[in-house]
Amino acid sequence: MKITTPAVSRRDFLQISALAGGGFALGYALPGTALAQAPGLDNTARAFTPNPFIKITPDGIVILVAKNPDAGQGVKTALPMLLAEELGADFNKVTIEYGGLDPQLGAQFAGGSLSVPMNYQTLRRAGAVARTVLVQAAADTWGVPAAECEAENSTVIHRPTGRVLGFGDLASRAATMPLPDEKSVVLKRPKENKLIGNRVGGVDNPAIVTGQPLFGIDQKVPGMVHAVYVKCPVFGGKPVSANLDRIKRIPGVLDAFLVEGTGDYYGLLPGVAIVADSTWTAFKARRTLDVEWDEGPGAAQSSAAYEEAAAKAAAAGGKEMRNDGDVAAKFASAAKVVEAAYHYPYLHHATLEPMNALAIPTAGGGLEVLAPTQTPDDAKNVAVKASGLPAEKVKVRFTRIGGGFGRRLTNDYVAEAVVIAMRVGKPVKLTWTREDDTQHGQYRPPAWHYLRGAVDASGRLSAWQNHFVTVGLNSDSEPARAAELGNNELPARFLADYRLERSITNTNVPTSWLRAPGSNGLAFVFQGFIDELAHAAGRDPLDFRLDLLGEDRVLPGSGQWEPPYNTGRMKGVLRLAAGKAGWGKKLPKGSGQGIAFHFSHSGYVAEVADVTVTPDGALTVDRVVVAVDVGPIINPSGAENQIQGSIIDGLSGAWLQELTIENGAVVQSNFHDYPLLRINASPKIEIHFIESDNPPTGLGEPAMPPLPPAVCNAIFAATGRRVRRLPLVRTDLAWS
Amino acid sequence: MPTYTLKVNGQAHTINVAADTPLLWALRDNLGLLGTKYGCGLGLCGACTVHLNGVPVRSCQTPVSAVGNTPVTTIEGLDPAGRHPLQKTWCDHDVPQCGYCQSGQIMTAAALLKQTPNPTDADIDAAMAGNLCRCGTYVRIRAAIKDAASLAAKGGMQ
Repeated sequence: MKITTPAVSRRDFLQISALAGGGFALGYALPGTALAQAPGLDNTARAFTPNPFIKITPDGIVILVAKNPDAGQGVKTALPMLLAEELGADFNKVTIEYGGLDPQLGAQFAGGSLSVPMNYQTLRRAGAVARTVLVQAAADTWGVPAAECEAENSTVIHRPTGRVLGFGDLASRAATMPLPDEKSVVLKRPKENKLIGNRVGGVDNPAIVTGQPLFGIDQKVPGMVHAVYVKCPVFGGKPVSANLDRIKRIPGVLDAFLVEGTGDYYGLLPGVAIVADSTWTAFKARRTLDVEWDEGPGAAQSSAAYEEAAAKAAAAGGKEMRNDGDVAAKFASAAKVVEAAYHYPYLHHATLEPMNALAIPTAGGGLEVLAPTQTPDDAKNVAVKASGLPAEKVKVRFTRIGGGFGRRLTNDYVAEAVVIAMRVGKPVKLTWTREDDTQHGQYRPPAWHYLRGAVDASGRLSAWQNHFVTVGLNSDSEPARAAELGNNELPARFLADYRLERSITNTNVPTSWLRAPGSNGLAFVFQGFIDELAHAAGRDPLDFRLDLLGEDRVLPGSGQWEPPYNTGRMKGVLRLAAGKAGWGKKLPKGSGQGIAFHFSHSGYVAEVADVTVTPDGALTVDRVVVAVDVGPIINPSGAENQIQGSIIDGLSGAWLQELTIENGAVVQSNFHDYPLLRINASPKIEIHFIESDNPPTGLGEPAMPPLPPAVCNAIFAATGRRVRRLPLVRTDLAWS
Repeated sequence: MPTYTLKVNGQAHTINVAADTPLLWALRDNLGLLGTKYGCGLGLCGACTVHLNGVPVRSCQTPVSAVGNTPVTTIEGLDPAGRHPLQKTWCDHDVPQCGYCQSGQIMTAAALLKQTPNPTDADIDAAMAGNLCRCGTYVRIRAAIKDAASLAAKGGMQ
């Protein structure tokens, strides 16, 4: 349902919700906005609000707060499920609301596959606190021991007599009772779970399939105007002048001006703003825009030059990052030595909803921002800085996100909307064109790996040397964002003789975190090269990998971004994927299976790809079998969605995508030259979980990294052609 | 600016916009029908798919001046109660991830089912290949279309 009344009070909303009978997340309107978002849980009289996550009204409405932005990773469903499980709420009848940016809700971001691990205990405890009080309230009402009562389906039941009271009946009494210490409440044992582990559809699905305005780009307020923001195609460039008078004479154009901006590649870049009465007027006006750019030194840069620089660096040797044992001695005594150079290119996030934000100057000199951001907290900082207003005058709300993949961890588009709104003094909706989005991204950094590996007489991997050439952002000494290679990345620590060198190619292209940062390129290289070494040793690629992982043990972690590595869990998923895929079966030439594994974001994933390659080189990925151990699965439907999406995403990138730089600017502009995989090229996907009793971890990312190498290894098995450079379309796969 | 009267979801709307305004932006900015999405502006992604007289078109490539009296159906008007078999099976299969492309996917699928009530995998691939999903929900889109076809055969289709 959609309520379009300009102002709906909290009380009205609750009445409307009650009339609607619940069932799904209900949209309701904040004054003047198209979309609905929780204004925070206020204390309506007699409602039971034990914490910022749960509110139960006397008329029986159970409101659960979804604290983190949902970019399609399913946390608007999975996190409230944790609350509902412990609360004993009927999930089909709860109302789920976004929480807005609220310090009481804890860290609020969509990144690092961390929503589940960071909130699992907190939200279950929040639910258990509420349930404990409701059960006590029922017990007090009946004059029976609380131990005889149980919460279920948003009611409390007295087991011995079968008496039932609804949560609504208990809300007023519960609201007056003291809250137990959250550390003391008893959490359900796994076998007592009624909701966790069930397939639950996304709470926004009914609104999505009927076209409700959930996304950032759908937000509107009265008096809103539309803006585009045109930046220099060359990174680091800025406008000197533009035909602003001509632009301002276009009917429907309200204003046009230069914005000085800053040198911060992740903040407000210099540019030209056009403000108009509609999106189309603004889009069209920019075609008439003629800007004299100061392109700066970046105009000399190109992907070809970066490639040359990498080759030159490789020849010169790099900075020693890690040096275990004596690789030179191992190479000298090896049964086989293999050398190979691998490369993966820049990739773009290409979210289907382009960057956009709505900035609203409010009465009293304040500012409100509505944006599809993965990091609302950072969006607020960005808005404060861009507006020059004190933090308490700036309010940020987040919307459903039409795809994140890491792009919306940065809030450059928020800065642009804010600066334009402050200048024109009106609510401004900034919409990037697809071309803006493609050419002003923050890309997955490319890298070059110059590898040398040895196998000993027993057919085991015995030494590994990598000269890793990565990119810096206007730096020769520091890797750009997301362009690092950890010193402990496998096979470091799995071999006594391991050496890592690093060189940095200076670029001026902004990079950032793309789904499974680092891992999304590294797995392709390492799992591909391990495959080469297995074949050089004449070994089965699965056995060779199991040998490399070695005994079951846990390698220690180091901080949040480097969790401990449990080799037994990895071997478990490898064996499971291989078993389910029928690993080792004989296939005719042109058909092949490839295997790969990777550990990222605390998730253990192995994949087997089955491919067919015609003699003239046409590739079909027939099937991917995935085995995953991320502990218990909260919502199998959501979890499988993330895995299916990771497979398609990984294949899309590995097969088709490459972003290149010429004359300091991005060459690609839209989906014709930066394609996404289509339905007709999608493989069958089979998913198997090992639901170990380890703490649950996230699934937005870890299933993607093994896909490119599994497919490339399968191509080798099918054709004898080894892919060492992505995307696949750059390699001729023909065989005879 | 010229005046156009568009027949959208059974209702007539009169708007003043430039002749080359894409139907997409007329729907979104002038009529407030926000279910139809902007993805690429070049007819490459299918997020803006609507029906003109039951035929799926890319509204970003359809100027309002070319629409005339042809009835337009958007995701908001696909079924008056939001209970088209595809809307039901899309929820049953939990198809959406981010959800941004799904209006366009459903509009294309609805036109497919009208033409081909019992589509094969090949029919589905051919009809749906113009609709991009960045999240990769293709596996479920296939399943949901097939389910909707059986549902419609049992009398569920409006």
